[in-house]
Amino acid sequence: MIWIESLLPMSTETGTLLIEARGIVKRYATVLANDHVDFALRGGEVHALLGENGAGKSTLSRILYGFTQPDAGEILVAGRLAPLRSPHDARALGIGMVFQNFTLIPALSVLENIALFLTNLPPVVRRGDISRRIRRLAGRFGLSVEPSALVRQLSVGDQQKVEILKLLLADARVLILDEPTKVLAPHEVEELFGVFRTLKNEGYAILFITHKLREVLASADRITVMRQGRIAGTRARGEADESALVSLMFGGQADQIPGSGSADTTGGARAAAHTGAALLELRGAGTRAAGSETALRDIDLAVHEGEIVGVAGVSGNGQKELGDLILGLRSARRGSKILHGEDASRWSIGRVRKSGVAFVPEDPLSMAAVPGMSVRENLALGTGRRYARGVTVDWRLLESTMVGSFRRFGFPVPALHAPIRSLSGGNLQRAVIAREMAHDPRLIIALYPTRGLDVMSAVAVRRLLGAVRDSGTGVLLISEDLEELFEMSDRLLVMYGGAIAGEFARGKWSADVVGHLMTGSGRPDGKAEA
Amino acid sequence: MSAGLSAAASVRRVISRAPLFLRYLFIIALALGIFALILVAAGKDPFKAYADTFAYTFGNVYGFSELIVRMIPLLLTAVAVAFPARIGMINVGGEGQLYMGAWLASGGALALSGFPAWALLPLMTLLGFIGGAVWAAIPGILRAKKVVNETIATLLLNYVAPMIISYFVFGPWRGVESSSYPQSPAFSDGARLPSFFNTRIHVGLLFALVSLLAYWAIVEKTRWGVQMRAIGGNPEAAERLGIPLVLYMVIVMAIGGGVAGLAGMGEVSAIQGRLRQGLSPGYGFTGFLIAWLAGGNPLGILLMTFLFAVITSVGDILQITQGLPYSVVNILMAVILFVVLGRRSVRRASR
Repeated sequence: MIWIESLLPMSTETGTLLIEARGIVKRYATVLANDHVDFALRGGEVHALLGENGAGKSTLSRILYGFTQPDAGEILVAGRLAPLRSPHDARALGIGMVFQNFTLIPALSVLENIALFLTNLPPVVRRGDISRRIRRLAGRFGLSVEPSALVRQLSVGDQQKVEILKLLLADARVLILDEPTKVLAPHEVEELFGVFRTLKNEGYAILFITHKLREVLASADRITVMRQGRIAGTRARGEADESALVSLMFGGQADQIPGSGSADTTGGARAAAHTGAALLELRGAGTRAAGSETALRDIDLAVHEGEIVGVAGVSGNGQKELGDLILGLRSARRGSKILHGEDASRWSIGRVRKSGVAFVPEDPLSMAAVPGMSVRENLALGTGRRYARGVTVDWRLLESTMVGSFRRFGFPVPALHAPIRSLSGGNLQRAVIAREMAHDPRLIIALYPTRGLDVMSAVAVRRLLGAVRDSGTGVLLISEDLEELFEMSDRLLVMYGGAIAGEFARGKWSADVVGHLMTGSGRPDGKAEA
Repeated sequence: MSAGLSAAASVRRVISRAPLFLRYLFIIALALGIFALILVAAGKDPFKAYADTFAYTFGNVYGFSELIVRMIPLLLTAVAVAFPARIGMINVGGEGQLYMGAWLASGGALALSGFPAWALLPLMTLLGFIGGAVWAAIPGILRAKKVVNETIATLLLNYVAPMIISYFVFGPWRGVESSSYPQSPAFSDGARLPSFFNTRIHVGLLFALVSLLAYWAIVEKTRWGVQMRAIGGNPEAAERLGIPLVLYMVIVMAIGGGVAGLAGMGEVSAIQGRLRQGLSPGYGFTGFLIAWLAGGNPLGILLMTFLFAVITSVGDILQITQGLPYSVVNILMAVILFVVLGRRSVRRASR
């Protein structure tokens, strides 16, 4: 009982101003991430922070959690000026945050993870007490998890529950969640929104970041839209609909999508598939696996000129390994790899890339960029000797080519001398795509190229892939987004457990069959042949 | 409270924005202040000690020239560390590479003692470079093949190189005219690097300055430098972008080792005039410290090298004038290390 009381220092009255931010400014190099942002969060509300990639949502939320220090502006917590110098300050004031990448220790149990976070943890941990507190809160807010379970055995959805429980047990009244639904399955999203509702009814304030409009309209009481570092507007639930929010997000230019050519160059797959020579062939390819990797088994795959071959699958079923095998980062133990008609099994990565293979990896920051170097230097990487001028680099030629590539796809050209780490996730992805596409590749291997991109950029990337396909380039599109794959693919493969579980010609697939194959429950007769 | 904090913050900002030279001056002043307290505790007069040091190093031409002489191997071994560090490789083997450079250069000098200087000296320089390069390429290859970590391999090879020297000076190369000492015969005149202005400052100074300049130019100005910094900044991305990691690891290590080898060549050719045991009082290790403290910055390396040349002289001078053991130098080096590390962690914490 004592525990419960200590959890309720808040007024249950809704509408009290819990956090108020005034005139927040935060600059990263040349980028104004937050430009005089005023923002208020009340008790008893679910507040959604909406915006494109790089609109400044993450920066604002990190400032409210004391993780990032603003250059100017002030923050009031419960009406009093509160300089949040560290997350510790924020937690002491009852503000908690769930990051996109969870901060749980996989080897420890749920109970231990939660206990570690408690501010008043006694020298001798009384597991029984903590366990009771967890169960009580879990029951109250619909966050059922088993306290003794190891975190590494939990699903992503359950891990998120643990993160929320952790904050609740540490007496947080304000919960900030950075894209909480990104990692969740649809039914888990529903569940999470249920949790939000019970929390807000008890006076908690919830701020969550997203760029999915449907979720916002389904769950938020108030919606704040950010654009280019500023607050574009705040709307109550009743006053907002999809088109209103879209025009706030994109400044009323939503119908003008960059990179679009004539109306018939949409991203969708071409109607009549007449494809050319094979650019890439894998014949019975298999790899060895170490640790958490997936071994590829007997992969037969071909990508021809002028076609998009989609690869569907739940990530972790060998997609990364497939990409690495094609790139040459790992070698086939069995079978062979043929590029442009030549046996490329032993080619170096440099040779594979030089032969006209472009690669958009799943995590551009760690796999395709060097954070400490400038945008311009990053654009020069992986271009081989193309821009060599004596012992140095022909920077002018490089710049003009790359700027041309950015423009061609309607991407904003970033500050070339700024460190690439100052770019937002979406702009970084654009920079990688612009670089990879700059030299008219013959084959594009794209892993989750639209993951983390906002709607507009995702559409632009899809159109781009469609357009290069129409001009004869082959594309291997590895994605988790079935709608994207269905829209784009001329042929569709399904990966499961490191093997190809099914192959479909366009029009021969159905979400039901593909979904079953992806989860390993495919009936053999459901496998349609191309 | 917040006023005090912001004042501290602004002081910190002023320091962090001050030019490089002033920052090093600040480090030195703080370190000398702390070391003065230690001298007082030892019952010595720090003002006298510093005045003596100043008089013996800056006060006369000979003292100053000896500082420069000392800087030559330190600069070269610092570059030998800084260059591989740019691709994220930690070369602790400058000492061993220096010895192997000295060994191979000596081999050339002894075998071709009849050659004139214009032929022999370039050849010895090349041999010195190759000696160090091969010695560093071994750990480079082992690392590239993922057999042994280069830090461990370079460190261990430091203990092997002097033994090779010992074998040769006790055995095959032992001089006849001075056979009571384990050392090679004196080199012919054609094998001696010329010195300048009646001092011991020798042509090795040019090697050192050119190496430092080349280090800066390669890393900052060439396309290979861009690739090197990419490897150092994010090896996974670099590899995925087709940069030949293995090649860079071996070649960059070899070049670094070669530069350390030049230091060894300079010592035997210009200073000693023969090969003998213990030809380096730990230049390779001090060079590592210099490169590391300077954070790979070329100007910083130059300033730090000068500073460490002074510090190592302090040991000699205080030994003579104050009767302190030579190892007080280690205390002073430790104090400097503390000041630099302390400043870094303060900076990190204030972010």
